[in-house]
Amino acid sequence: MIYVVIVFLWTAILLYILLGGADFGAGIIELMTAKTNKAKTRKTMYKAIGPIWEANHMWLIIAIVILFVGFPKIYTTISVYLHIPLVCMLLGIIARGTAFVFRNYDAVKDDMQKIYTPIFVYSSLITPFFLGIIAASSVSGQIDPEAGDFLSAYVFSWLNWFSIAVGIFTVSICGFLATIFIIGQTDNNGDRQHFIGKATRTIFIVMFCGALVFLAAHIEHIPLATWIFGDTPGLIAIIAASISLVIMIYALKRNKPILLRLLAGFQVTMILFAATYTHFPDIVLLKNGNNLSLLTHQGQFKTIESLGYALLIGSLFILPALVYLIYIFQKRKEEPAGH
Amino acid sequence: MDDFLAARLQMAFSLGFHIVFACIGMVMPFFMTVAHFYWLKTKKIVYRDITKAWSKGVAIFFATGAVSGTVLSFELGLLWPKFMEHAGPIFGMPFSLEGTAFFIEAIALGFYLYGWNKINPWFHWATGVVVGISGLASGILVVAANAWMNSPAGFDYIDGQYLNIDPVKAMFNEAWFSQSLHMCVAAFVSTGFAVAGVHALMILKGKNIQFHSKAFKIAAVFATVAACLQPISGDISAKDVAKRQPEKLAAMEAHFHTERNAPLIIGGIPDTAARKVDYAIKIPGLLSFMATGDFNGEVKGLDQVPKDEQPPVAVTHYAFQIMVGLGMAMVLLAILYFVALWKKKQWLNSNWLLKLFVVATPLGFIALEAGWTVTEVGRQPWIIRGVMRTADAVTPMPGIAYSFYLFTAVYISLSIIVSLLLYRQISMVGKLYDSTSDQSKSFL
Ligand code: HDD
Ligand code: HEM
Ligand code: HEM
Repeated sequence: MIYVVIVFLWTAILLYILLGGADFGAGIIELMTAKTNKAKTRKTMYKAIGPIWEANHMWLIIAIVILFVGFPKIYTTISVYLHIPLVCMLLGIIARGTAFVFRNYDAVKDDMQKIYTPIFVYSSLITPFFLGIIAASSVSGQIDPEAGDFLSAYVFSWLNWFSIAVGIFTVSICGFLATIFIIGQTDNNGDRQHFIGKATRTIFIVMFCGALVFLAAHIEHIPLATWIFGDTPGLIAIIAASISLVIMIYALKRNKPILLRLLAGFQVTMILFAATYTHFPDIVLLKNGNNLSLLTHQGQFKTIESLGYALLIGSLFILPALVYLIYIFQKRKEEPAGH
Repeated sequence: MDDFLAARLQMAFSLGFHIVFACIGMVMPFFMTVAHFYWLKTKKIVYRDITKAWSKGVAIFFATGAVSGTVLSFELGLLWPKFMEHAGPIFGMPFSLEGTAFFIEAIALGFYLYGWNKINPWFHWATGVVVGISGLASGILVVAANAWMNSPAGFDYIDGQYLNIDPVKAMFNEAWFSQSLHMCVAAFVSTGFAVAGVHALMILKGKNIQFHSKAFKIAAVFATVAACLQPISGDISAKDVAKRQPEKLAAMEAHFHTERNAPLIIGGIPDTAARKVDYAIKIPGLLSFMATGDFNGEVKGLDQVPKDEQPPVAVTHYAFQIMVGLGMAMVLLAILYFVALWKKKQWLNSNWLLKLFVVATPLGFIALEAGWTVTEVGRQPWIIRGVMRTADAVTPMPGIAYSFYLFTAVYISLSIIVSLLLYRQISMVGKLYDSTSDQSKSFL
């Protein structure tokens, strides 16, 4: 049963990165788009994201609940030592979620929009940035339960070049997912060409940010290269991701939106796989070497068992409904979103 | 401010904020689907307009409820890591089921909000019902988790170890039923009176009368029926508390001495040092009757509880008085409304009844917050009653006071924006939704 729970945890994180990431990316792209194209980008984006917006957000909650029910020690260690970036991410989540709804549901469209929109776009940037920092910090080995002073216990646990680089990389991934996603949502060729151009540029930005991560890891003496290229499955994942990038450039040229989405999803999955596989079952690396593992720090037998059943039964209800929801609104995308 | 106090206040503010949105997000879908049902049955445009207007409200509240809930699920660890480390695996069952319920709710809401004219009308309506039912289910589940803190079950606590964990037993702890029942009814009372009050105000102002009177009626019927059920459910709760947490009941009632034929104390100023209540109205024997069902039953007083395990009396007592007082006031208003519906139709068009409803707009929510203060403060100094003290659960990180200021500022600004948004939705009713008024012709 423990493996069922772990698979759910991993899948929830992956789906949050993919679906939530495209969603954050929408805000990032809006920020990076020239004024003249902003309105168009926004409209194309929200027609697609609107209906599934609430559901995207749920993956994070599922992951958190799995953590605190099944792996309480891991949840509390992260909560204590990464308190500050977690609070920053939460502020981003609050600001973003509410600004999104406010700007779509405000009955009067006036100057208030000038307040909601910047809040929305900047929080779209901040949230994945801190998400990346949190993820990186949990494996960077800087969390120190024996630290005596405030700075080394609660600040240097996450404030280092590696975490920052991963934060930036996460932001670039979100932007990448959103541009790829948006290509399939366009309804005329001009727009499509516009977004294809954008997607090509984002691919280079992602590769650049990825290189930054390796550089930062080197500076911080984190053996990232050995982790990822050191064992076969990780290596295969990275090679597969690289090959799919080549196919992607072809798909961009030939304008195949569904293939593009699949490839983008595949690449992110492979990156997450390579990043997590090397440490498995460890999930939080501590400075003193007493790493927290999904297998040794799991809850008691009955807890894991009932959690596993709850997740299995839950997904029986959720998955078909979710797929149907996405299906219906993709099929009808030519109609204006219901307001 | 000391960190422990800051952590408690931050938790209390976050929950106090979340619960308002959660309750509205939980109950509004029911109002909405009733209006929607009338639209599908009668094809009267006004019902479609009400449904659409309310569904916007649901969307706003749902999203605010969702983000504040996400914050909570992190805050449990950020503020109370020692508590979560042990409690998570035990009381986690309702939270993981709640996850499913939320998810279904979010999906159903996606169908509902964006499904107008796209899916079969009755299927569309049914997704609205699913939103309501799964919202209610999540409310019940999360309150079952809170109930576990009042009445821990499903594990053995031996030498500081939590052994033989049984999450299902933990979920069905002694308090889950009475607390969840009371909470759900409270959600209907508070949301019902709030919605009815707003529409009553608009009727009094003479705006879009047809729209607002139909909306008022739907909300008012829910609110008043729930208001009459609330004291019954409250009585079940009180008997339950007397059994499982006698010290909480004693604090609620400022009942210092164990006695038979104990009086019900109304109002008054509790004096903890002198162990007496000044200026209170005392009804002999009633407390014994309420707690035990027998006028001569013995009710434990605070004298039976060690000094360092006594909950704060004054706060608990006042909060309880506020909740019960407002609850009774709402029952009276409910009775007036029923009389108007069945016997005195002319009252329905008279301003005074509507004005009373306007006055009652915030009462339900005040009672709701007061009620939570009773349960939470009345449990102190324990976070898990009899097992773990709140002071031992708090995070070791210093500087929580700053985080408290920060979150307080965020919650205050959000409340202001949400109020502004609602104000605008309501003032735009004539333009956007009300097809029965003239301005809206262009919208059809
Ligand atoms: C609209 C709100 C509202 C109203 C009118 C009332 N209550 Fe209440 N009460 C709540 C809202 C609430 C609540 C916020 O929902 C609580 C807090 C936790 C819970 O489960 O319900 C609660 C808790 C609560 C408790 C503590 C339960 C526990 O700790 O397990 C008792 C004994 C009562 N109530 C009793 C009453 C009585 C006798 C009322 C008579 C009219 C009453 N309540 C009206
Ligand atoms: C599932 C529901 C809830 C859970 C799990 C929960 C949990 C907690 C926790 C962990 C604390 C800190 C420890 C403590 O002081 O007991 C707390 C405090 C508090 N909560 Fe709740 N709570 C819940 C619902 C609520 C709600 C809805 C309110 C709304 C008003 C509320 C009001 C408070 C207050 C006033 C305190 C501070 C108590 C004090 O000052 O000692 N709680 N709660
Ligand atoms: C410790 C306490 C609590 C935690 C951790 C918590 C957690 C959450 C989370 C994560 C969400 C967002 C779900 C989504 O995205 O749809 C949420 C929403 C919600 N919560 Fe809470 N919650 C708590 C207390 C409560 C209480 C006391 C109630 C009381 C009834 C409640 C009822 C709801 C409901 C009905 C929703 C659905 C959102 C809506 O309809 O507006 N929660 N909660």
